[in-house]
Amino acid sequence: MTQHTVLNATHRALGAKMVDFGGWDMPLNYGSQIEEHHAVRRDAGMFDVSHMTVVDLTGANVRAFLRRLLANSVDKLKVSGKALYSCMLNADGGVIDDLIVYYLTEDFFRVVVNAATRDKDLAWIVAQAQPFGVAVKERADLAMIAVQGPNARAKVLGLLSPEARAKAEKLGKFVACDGDGLFIARTGYTGEDGFEIMVPEAQAIAFWNRLKDAGVAPAGLGARDTLRLEAGMNLYGQDMDETVTPYEAGLAWTVALDEGRGFTGRPVLEREKAEGPKRVMVGLVMDEKGVLRHGQKVLTARGEGEILSGTFSPTLGKAIAFARVPAGDPGAVRVDIRGREVPVRIVKYPFVRDGKPCEGV
Amino acid sequence: MSEIPGDLKFQKSHEWARVESDGTVTVGISDHAQSLLGDLVYVELPGVGDRVQAGNACAVVESVKAASDVYAPVSGEVVAVNEALSDKPETINEDAYGEGWIFVVKMENKDDLAELLDPDAYAELIEGEEH
Repeated sequence: MTQHTVLNATHRALGAKMVDFGGWDMPLNYGSQIEEHHAVRRDAGMFDVSHMTVVDLTGANVRAFLRRLLANSVDKLKVSGKALYSCMLNADGGVIDDLIVYYLTEDFFRVVVNAATRDKDLAWIVAQAQPFGVAVKERADLAMIAVQGPNARAKVLGLLSPEARAKAEKLGKFVACDGDGLFIARTGYTGEDGFEIMVPEAQAIAFWNRLKDAGVAPAGLGARDTLRLEAGMNLYGQDMDETVTPYEAGLAWTVALDEGRGFTGRPVLEREKAEGPKRVMVGLVMDEKGVLRHGQKVLTARGEGEILSGTFSPTLGKAIAFARVPAGDPGAVRVDIRGREVPVRIVKYPFVRDGKPCEGV
Repeated sequence: MSEIPGDLKFQKSHEWARVESDGTVTVGISDHAQSLLGDLVYVELPGVGDRVQAGNACAVVESVKAASDVYAPVSGEVVAVNEALSDKPETINEDAYGEGWIFVVKMENKDDLAELLDPDAYAELIEGEEH
């Protein structure tokens, strides 16, 4: 049974091409994926991300629970509204999902996990929360709209009441606040500034339409994917899964081996860190014409690897990718495209940040 | 959806073929196919002089979303390719039945044409896909 967000009919009325995404009927594009991509890089675009799973965690021991659940340390969260990106690991150090956790009060944290992993995530969280006496409540009553781009914040702020605007205007990056019945977070998945806004379902269509009237371009999942890959952000299920540790997924920066914190998967990560991971994730750029795609074979001096996420980068005008390859000096790297070995360059990612190509890309 | 020109023949796999006055056959992909693929970003052309076989893959069109094989509607020798597509693959999105042609074949056997759909039959086929 395909699920619909509250904005489904709105997308269809805008002429969206709809696709199945993790069991949800979602807009792929509203005409041109590339134009939507550029709208976000140059001005402001919006995405319906209501399919993502919002979970409220409440109880006296929430922080203690999250210390165990997450590979990143919630002790970095000291100010109400502050957000943290983290992986949630199984006992083997494999990634169950990646998520954002918001600290609201000592007995109330909010977590946003992926749509396609909803059922297993909820089952895992509920089971792990039980000994801590933490209540787990999915917030299916909230829609979510991501407004992203250099002009995104200004366009959102223009729609808020003076009181809400005063709070939202002051938000630092990766911080959220309440206002006008909305949950407004200065976060995103595009490499641009902007907000991700949770809005009660009953108000979501009106809010979407007000954003549209303010000149925010509707953008589909297609543009969301090219934007996040240019921004060097992982996609769960493609760049990592339960067979991969954060170290093998370029997510070492999200692992906190802080003193005395026993999180699930930690012993495996400590061993891997001491020995060095066997596989590493790298960014690739192809200067020749063509497109890098998921599943293509990557040939290195250390052996074969594989393209995880690959696409044509509308900002760079060439193909970019994440690949997982054997650790060590890879030598001259090539990708097998329909039997042809095409040279590629390993680069540091992000590929694009704040509308511009990064150095060395 | 733009009007399908009446002088075209189609394969079920969404290629079009047009018999030119000199008997060669120009090949492209249908407007419906380009709209399914979305923004095209790369076209891998066959080589001039290659022999293509009806029903076999001989070119590739890639959109941001996916790579898709182009199957030859007729057998024969490739006598021209649309080099302009290398720099402007989006031409196929803009004008699938005109400037977006992909290659020209010197047909070996006219009977190949009998296997192809006329515009009405093709329109019916894509109508059926959409419902």
